[in-house]
Amino acid sequence: MIFWQLFYTFCKIGIFNFGGGYAMIALIQNEVVFHHGWMTAQEFTDMVAVSQLTPGPVGINVATYAGYTAVVNAGFAPWLGVVGAFVASFAVVLLPFLVLLAVSEYLHRQKANPMIISILSFLRLAIVGVIAAAALQLVTPESFGTLSQNPFQVVCSCVLFLCAFLVSYRYKTSPILLIVVSGLLGFLLYF
Amino acid sequence: MVTLFQLFWSFFKIGTFTIGGGYAMIPLMEKEIVDRHRWLDKEEFLDILSVSQAMPGIFAANMATYVGKRLRGWQGAVVSVIGNVLVPIILILLLAIFFQTFRENRLVESIFMGIRPVVVALIAAPVFSMAKTAKVSKTNFWIPLLAAALIWVLGISPIIVIFLAALGGFIYGRCRKGAEQ
Repeated sequence: MIFWQLFYTFCKIGIFNFGGGYAMIALIQNEVVFHHGWMTAQEFTDMVAVSQLTPGPVGINVATYAGYTAVVNAGFAPWLGVVGAFVASFAVVLLPFLVLLAVSEYLHRQKANPMIISILSFLRLAIVGVIAAAALQLVTPESFGTLSQNPFQVVCSCVLFLCAFLVSYRYKTSPILLIVVSGLLGFLLYF
Repeated sequence: MVTLFQLFWSFFKIGTFTIGGGYAMIPLMEKEIVDRHRWLDKEEFLDILSVSQAMPGIFAANMATYVGKRLRGWQGAVVSVIGNVLVPIILILLLAIFFQTFRENRLVESIFMGIRPVVVALIAAPVFSMAKTAKVSKTNFWIPLLAAALIWVLGISPIIVIFLAALGGFIYGRCRKGAEQ
């Protein structure tokens, strides 16, 4: 039953997400693309791009989009996709919401607890690796083109990747600007 | 006394008018909650912020939950979270429906051919800034490397990797505590 699977999967993603939007993208990618095969890596990349362009938390946007697409890709009607979108976004906030309601005051007093600090520092270190793996897993022919079929696209993709990486890393340029400009370049180069 | 509607409305504005994810919401949240309505003072706000960051989940939703709970209990938490995500969910849903319909379109495909490598770069770039925040050093650099290798080479789920890291932090904390005593 796809709705139950969506609910369970996004509950898991919500409660295991330490480290913000990009860490969540990594978790969702692994579950939705590799584990369940609800969408292709290409659809996933497109979804991340669209999620950056609209307002709101990226994690919520990606969960909503993934919920809809997973149900529709499984062959259900679009209105059931809408149900899937709400199930996924509800599930992704549910457990952290309940935990915060229950223990926020307690945690407040535990901020300087050496055990909590130790666990969080290990988590932060591991998440650097989790996000790096997510980026590596997206370096695919679907995102960059195939050398034998379209070498022009592969060269353009590598240049775009390097430019976007440098600009984003050095100048903290807004992702929205980068996505809009690269979309325009895609139109000029390939249309 | 803060009304539930006031809370809803504040988080509705915060969620609707920030593009670029949870952390982009911090300045607007501070303006709305600390400066404009004076529901919390700056210090309380920063405390809530640090707990929301440390907790699992979506940072913006955690902030809404905690601020809402502090001001109006569980009902406040519910209306704040709903206010915060309502418009984003509807907008992204409309876009998902749109793209599902026009995915085969040549124009849309050419645009995304340009965007895809840039998305990969957008995910890769924060790895290095987050490495600084996480204080990666000569003694602990193997932790992120091992985490990436487990996922990328061995195909282990990142959820398991995160669980193992928490366990590692717990054991390390225990050992240090034991050594001190």
